[in-house]
Amino acid sequence: MSATLSSAVTPGPPGSGQDLRAPARERLAGRLQQHGALAVLVLVVIIASATSSAFPTWANVSSILGGNAFVWLLALGMTFVIITGGIDLSVGSMYALGGVLGAEGSRTGTWLAILLPLAVGAAWGTMQGLLVARTKMAPFIVTLAGLLGARGLLQALTHEGSKTYLVPKGSFFRQLGGGTWVPVLIVAALFALGALLLTRTRFGANLTALGGNENAALLMGLPVQRTKVLVYVLSGTLAAAAGALGGARLGSGVTTIGVGYELTAIASVVIGGTLLTGGSGSVGGTVSGVLLLAVIHNLIDHYFSQYGSAFTDAVNGAFLALVVLLQTILSRTQKLP
Amino acid sequence: MAQEDEQAPAAPAPVLEVAGVTKSFAGVHALRDVDFALRPGEVHALVGENGAGKSTLIKVMTGVHRPDSGAVRFEGTAREFRNPLEAQAAGISTIYQEVNLVPLMSVARNLFLGREPRRFGLIDQRRMNREASAALGRYGVHVDVTRPLRTLGLGAQQMVALARAVQVDARVVVMDEPTSSLEPREVETLFSVIRGLRERGIAVVYVSHRLDELYAICDRVTVLRDGQHVHTGRMADLQRLQLISMMLGREMAAVRSGGTTAFDSARHERAGTEPVLRAKGLSVRHRVHDVSVDVRPGEVVGLGGLLGAGRSETAKAVVGALATDAGTVEVDGTPMKRRSPAAAIRAGVVMLPEDRKAEGIIPNLSVRENISLAALPRLSRAGIVSRAKQDEVVRFFMDRLRIKASSPDQKVSDLSGGNQQKVLLARWLCLSPKALLLDEPTRGIDVGAKAEVQALIDELAADGLGVLLISSDLEELIEGSDRVVVLKDGRVVGHLTGDEVGEEQLLSALAAADPQADTSADTDADTDADTGVDAGAAAPGTPPTTKESRR
Repeated sequence: MSATLSSAVTPGPPGSGQDLRAPARERLAGRLQQHGALAVLVLVVIIASATSSAFPTWANVSSILGGNAFVWLLALGMTFVIITGGIDLSVGSMYALGGVLGAEGSRTGTWLAILLPLAVGAAWGTMQGLLVARTKMAPFIVTLAGLLGARGLLQALTHEGSKTYLVPKGSFFRQLGGGTWVPVLIVAALFALGALLLTRTRFGANLTALGGNENAALLMGLPVQRTKVLVYVLSGTLAAAAGALGGARLGSGVTTIGVGYELTAIASVVIGGTLLTGGSGSVGGTVSGVLLLAVIHNLIDHYFSQYGSAFTDAVNGAFLALVVLLQTILSRTQKLP
Repeated sequence: MAQEDEQAPAAPAPVLEVAGVTKSFAGVHALRDVDFALRPGEVHALVGENGAGKSTLIKVMTGVHRPDSGAVRFEGTAREFRNPLEAQAAGISTIYQEVNLVPLMSVARNLFLGREPRRFGLIDQRRMNREASAALGRYGVHVDVTRPLRTLGLGAQQMVALARAVQVDARVVVMDEPTSSLEPREVETLFSVIRGLRERGIAVVYVSHRLDELYAICDRVTVLRDGQHVHTGRMADLQRLQLISMMLGREMAAVRSGGTTAFDSARHERAGTEPVLRAKGLSVRHRVHDVSVDVRPGEVVGLGGLLGAGRSETAKAVVGALATDAGTVEVDGTPMKRRSPAAAIRAGVVMLPEDRKAEGIIPNLSVRENISLAALPRLSRAGIVSRAKQDEVVRFFMDRLRIKASSPDQKVSDLSGGNQQKVLLARWLCLSPKALLLDEPTRGIDVGAKAEVQALIDELAADGLGVLLISSDLEELIEGSDRVVVLKDGRVVGHLTGDEVGEEQLLSALAAADPQADTSADTDADTDADTGVDAGAAAPGTPPTTKESRR
C-alpha cells in the first residue's frame, strides 16, 4: 500500500498519478455512505408501489409530503450543525415556540407572523452559538439547556397551555401552510438554497473545514468562532420559521407540539450520510433521509396501524440503530478518522 | 555570532531576525538571549537535541509564543505577531510535522480554503480546480484535485500543505520535521521544491534531526543547546563530528576521564552467558530498520543515538508497545509469539517509558496503588486483592528504592519527579522481571535522585537483571553501560564493547555518514568524520545523497 500511496508524488509527466485511487472497496463504501439513503428510498418506494395499491395514490403522496414538509426544515438546520461536529437539541422546542409566536404575530399581520419567530429564533440561536463558540461549552449541554429553556418560555407564554393562540380566519398567513404544493415548494426552495450555501459559498466551506479539523481551520485563518455562532443562528432561525409555518398549517400555535422532533431531525441527517463526528455531509443526503423516514412512517401506519403508534417508534428506533451500525462499518472500511 | 564574521560583509540583509530573545515557561528558560538571522533565499538548518529550544524559537518566529524579552524583526521592521495568522499574513508560513489540513475535504478545497475564487458571490469550482491542478503540478503532484485529501499519500499531503503555505505570498517558510513521514522518493521531491523556493528568494528554516538531509539541502546552520545559541555558520564548513559535539555539548578535547555519575566504574563481565533478551531484525515502518540487540543477565546495554535515532521506538518494539513489520524477540531463548506489553510482562520483560507523566504514573492514585498496579493479578486470589500481600510488597520496595513519601497512601502526583520515577521502577520490579528496559530513567529529576537511580541500576544489574538503558545524557550512557549499541536513523551503526565504551568512540560512530558502510567500525574517529563532511558538502542543485536513496 505504501507504494501506491507514495506514487502520488512523482515528478513525472502529468497523469502519472492518475492511476492511484483508494481501493475499490473503500470507494464503494464511500459511495454507499453518501447515496445509500437515496438507494434505499428508491427501493422502498418501488416495492411499496408494486405491492400496495393505496401507496402510490395522490392522496397518500400528498399526506406524506404536505403533512411533514415543515418539520423537515429542522433536519436542514441540523445538517449544518452536525457538519461542524456540533448538535442542536433545541430545535423541537424552538419549532413549538415558533408556532405560538407566529400565531400571535398573525393577529397583527402576516409580516409580524413571519418576522417575530425569525427574530426570536435568531436571537436564541445567537445565544447558543456564543456559548458554544466563546465559552467552549459542549454543544450537547448548551442546546439541551436551550431545549428546556425554550420549552419553559413556551409554557410561561401560554400559561401552561391554557391559553391558545389561533391564527385569525382569513389571514394570508394561513395560505402559507395550506394544501400540498405551497409547503412543498417553500421547503424545496429552502433546501435548494441550503445546498447552495453548503457547497458553493465560503461559509459552507468553513463549516465543513471546521468539522473536519478545527485546529487546521484555525491555523488556516478561517473565522472559526464566527462560523460556529452563525451555524446555531441558522439552525435556530430555521426551526422557528418551520414552527411558524407549521402553525399556519394547523391554524394555531400548539404548546405541546415538537417534543422529540430534534431526535427525528438528527436521525434523518445521519441516515442521509452526514457523519455525526462532523466534516462531511450533504443537503441532498438529508433530503433522502427525511423522505425515507417519512415513507417508512407512512407504510407502518398503513400496514401496522392495528398495533398503534408505539410500534412506529420501535421500528424507527430499530431502523436508526441499523443505519448507524451500517455507517460505522462503512466509515471503518473507508478508514475515516 | 562570532562564528560567521567572514560571512558578514557580503551577506544580504536578513529577511527575518530574532535578537536577544528570552522565553521562559513556569520559571524554566526555554530560550536564553538567542539570536537568529535568516537571509532571503537561503535554506537554514535549525538543529539541537531535546530541550534545545528549537520549537520554542520557531513558535516565537511564527507568532505562537511572544518572547519575554528581545525582538523579532521581519523585513527590517520590528514586529510582534499575536498569533500564527498575523505571521502568515505578513509572509511567514509554517509547515508542521503533522499535516494540518482537512482530510475529508477535496485537495482543491484544502488548497484554497479561505480564499476561494468566486463568481457572483459563489465559489467558482471549475476555476478553483483548474488553478489547484496547475499549482500542484508545479510541485510534481499530479492528482485529481477533487478527491478527498485523505486519499492521498502523506507525501502528497505534505506537498499540498507546502503549496498552500507558499501560495499565500510567503517570504519565509518554516518546515518542522517535514520528512519524518515521507518515503525516500518523496524526500527527493521535497528537496527539489525547496531548491525552487531558494531560487525565488524565499528563505526556508529547515528543522530535522536527519543529518544527511541537513547536509544535502541546507546552506547555513544554527545550533541551539539548552535554550542557548551555540553556533551559526555555513553548513559545509561544519564537520559532522563538530556538529554532533555542539548539539550534545561535549567538546572532543574536554571529554573527562573520571565521571560524575554514580555508576560503579567496574564493568559487569557477563560475556559468556546466554542472552536473557534477544531482539533480532526489528523493523518498524519509517522508524526502525533491522535492529538487533541482545541483553545478557547482569549486563547493562546502552542504546546510543541522537534525537530521532529510533532508540525509544526500538525499546517499544521489543516490549510490543509498537507494532513491528519484521523481527523476533526471544526471552531466555523462547521466542515470543504474541507481541503486546501484557505478553512481554508475562515473559518477564518490562519497560520504564520515557514520558513519565503520560505513559507512567497515574497521578490521582496513591503510591501504594501505583506500585502494585501491574502486580495486582499476582497479589489477588479470585479477583480479590490481598491487602496484606499488597502492603508487604509496597513496604519492601519503598524501603529498597528509598522512596520518600509520607505514607503509602500519599498521592503520587505530590511526590518529586525522582520519587515518581522510583515508584514506577518499583511497579516493574515487583513483577520480578528478567529484563528491564529503561528509557531516559533520569530525565527531569534532581541531581540527588539521579545518582540514586543510577546506583540502583547498577545494583539491579549486579543482582542478575538484564538492563537496556536509553539515555541522552552521554556521560550516563557511557558510564552506566557495559556495551553500547549505536543507532542512527533507525539503524544500528555501531557496537562499542569493553574499552571502546567511551565518549569519543560514541561521537565518531554518530558522525559516520553512511550507516550501511559503517556497521562494525567503532573507532577511527578521523576517517569517519572526514567521509561525513565529504558526503554532506554536496553542491546545491545536485541530487542529494541521502541514505534512503541508496536503499
